[in-house]
Amino acid sequence: MAEVLYVAQTVVIVLLIVVPLLLGVAYLTYAERKVIGAMQLRQGPMTVGPWGLLQPLADGLKLFLKETVVPSGANRGIFILAPMVTFILALIGWAVIPFGDGLVLADINVGVLYLFAISSLGVYGIIMAGWASNSRYAFLGALRSSAQMVSYEISIGLIIISVLLTAGSLNLSAIVRAQEGLWFVIPHFPMFMLFLASMLAETNRHPFDLPEDEASLVTGYNVEYSSMAFALFFLGEYANMILMAAICSILFLGGWLAPFGFVPFTWIPGPIWFILKICAVLFIFIWARATLPRYRYDQLMRLGWKVFLPLSLLWVVVTSGVLVAFDLLPR
Amino acid sequence: MADLELHSFTVNFGPQHPAAHGVLRLVLEMEGEVVERADPHIGLLHRGTEKLIEYRPYLQNIPYFDRLDYCSMLCQEHSYVLAVEKLLGVEVPLRAQYIRVLFDEITRILNHLLNITTMALDIGAMTPLLWMFEEREKLMGFYEQVSGARMHANYYRFGGVNRDLPAGMEDRIRAWMAQFEPKLDDVDRLLTENRIFKQRTVDIGVVSAENAIALGFSGPMLRASGVAWDLRKAQPYEVYDRLDFDVPIGKHGDCWDRYLVRLAEIRESLKIMRQCLDQMPPGPVRTGDKKVTPPPRAEMKRSMEALIHHFKLYTEGVHVPAGEVYAATENPKGEFGVYLVSDGTNKPYKCKIRSPGYVHLQALEEMSRGHTLADVPAIIGSIDIVFGEIDR
Repeated sequence: MAEVLYVAQTVVIVLLIVVPLLLGVAYLTYAERKVIGAMQLRQGPMTVGPWGLLQPLADGLKLFLKETVVPSGANRGIFILAPMVTFILALIGWAVIPFGDGLVLADINVGVLYLFAISSLGVYGIIMAGWASNSRYAFLGALRSSAQMVSYEISIGLIIISVLLTAGSLNLSAIVRAQEGLWFVIPHFPMFMLFLASMLAETNRHPFDLPEDEASLVTGYNVEYSSMAFALFFLGEYANMILMAAICSILFLGGWLAPFGFVPFTWIPGPIWFILKICAVLFIFIWARATLPRYRYDQLMRLGWKVFLPLSLLWVVVTSGVLVAFDLLPR
Repeated sequence: MADLELHSFTVNFGPQHPAAHGVLRLVLEMEGEVVERADPHIGLLHRGTEKLIEYRPYLQNIPYFDRLDYCSMLCQEHSYVLAVEKLLGVEVPLRAQYIRVLFDEITRILNHLLNITTMALDIGAMTPLLWMFEEREKLMGFYEQVSGARMHANYYRFGGVNRDLPAGMEDRIRAWMAQFEPKLDDVDRLLTENRIFKQRTVDIGVVSAENAIALGFSGPMLRASGVAWDLRKAQPYEVYDRLDFDVPIGKHGDCWDRYLVRLAEIRESLKIMRQCLDQMPPGPVRTGDKKVTPPPRAEMKRSMEALIHHFKLYTEGVHVPAGEVYAATENPKGEFGVYLVSDGTNKPYKCKIRSPGYVHLQALEEMSRGHTLADVPAIIGSIDIVFGEIDR
């Protein structure tokens, strides 16, 4: 009986996370179109519903009703498996994200490692899609994407190590609690900037959206996909964006903590702060997309390996040096 | 594993490709990401314009020139009209010359805005495109005010322009220029010194000055390589010799220089437009030669001669004396020339069009060899090709 209850409870919690997340993904596309529209002196979607508010639902419905086309040269099984892998990996990362003090599905001690493993697996969805499509554009796109994700994961890893040294834990809730009084964005500001850039690269967003380079590769690895399979890639990509924004706010912006520990700020509950922070980081994603041109593949690799990697490595050394020298190591 | 044959990777870039700027089919042979050979295939938009022109009276050919390069419409009409005027030997009234120069420069801005912003879009910056297309809409509004058409104006005539500027046009153009300059500065600030934009364009697709001349470049492509050759200065037509403007040139002949030259040309065009508006005298806008310009309707009611001219012009069209002529103007894309052979009838015997885009496209192979696939859209964007004029 206890097992049944436990399973039922977990399912409910999972649904409580996944359903708002998918709604969030839908309205992130809406927000993106509206924000970019405002930056480009136009209105964005305005037709479906008041202010176009039902547009994401209409888009989703359209994709759902389309026919799934599998190219004749494609490897059927892997072709269909790839978007599922991408989508599932984008969702399961949320298991360890704390929305508030104690509000977390799995409060495991290796939360950071878990997230890292999940995001490393993300490349499989893309490379499977590129390989199974049996198309040159898709193949090149997948190659670029996997190389890019692998490169930037290393710098992300080193950036996270600096944070871990300061927080003294791999548990995400503990990392947030360690930021009471001082968010890590202040002592680790250079790393915060690097993390923002690496985050854009990791999620294949502007200015690092080479795998989907519209101009030279015609949307890259998912060029052969249609209908629901395409929608899964799309949802996965946007869910990944939100996940990265959540990680960023946990590592640097104090997660669910209020910016100041006194009265009007503490009235607002933690999860609201957390969501606001995620929205702020997501705005940076969208802002970058409206403003910046795109890097070239080799420039992107050079930036990752020759700039980001040494800088983050240096910062690890500096952080540990300071922590040891001034005896600030967390106990 | 005995006889492993190594093939380079062949990518078919276009004709249905968002960065191909129309119907360019480019067969790329690649070694990994590096382009080894770029083979442009043309002809997918061939409409036989040059042959069609031989079957139409002179006047009816003007719209064909709008439709060659559909981004620089009136400039192309200008070349054709100049060629016919040379054969006819008619004088163009001063006001008409100013109007033509004014609209040539409006066209230049139209074209350069399209090119700069689509090049930026190919590199990944999409915002300038949407900012500047609003300005293009307003410029096309000026086209509409004088000709009734937003793109294919069919406005220039032998010996002048179709009709005078409508009342208040000068003020509207001035008002547009005043609000346009800050917006152009915005684009300048967003793109020019952007590090990513520079990394994507500097030293990409370099053409040296000697090579540019050897390849037959003209216009901004030639000037970006450092050759100060501009037909508006070198062999001034209309009133360009009375106007004060500079010819911006580049140093390295890379994509960034081509972008900068075009951006600077937009500013020079604004300067020219302002001078045109200041200096434009009142007066007729079409030549008084009744063999070329139809008489006013009122005169036809009284004058037998006017009625005959009207009848001849509207049944047979303009008869052009036998001879051959080459006339070229400085188009936004380069030297756009028209070579006409007349046998004295009302239709051209032969019309050969020298389109700058065709010449520039042949350099694509040389410019993109050794660069990566991602550079090819940047190079194509900087060449500023429009297939209407390449395939004709």
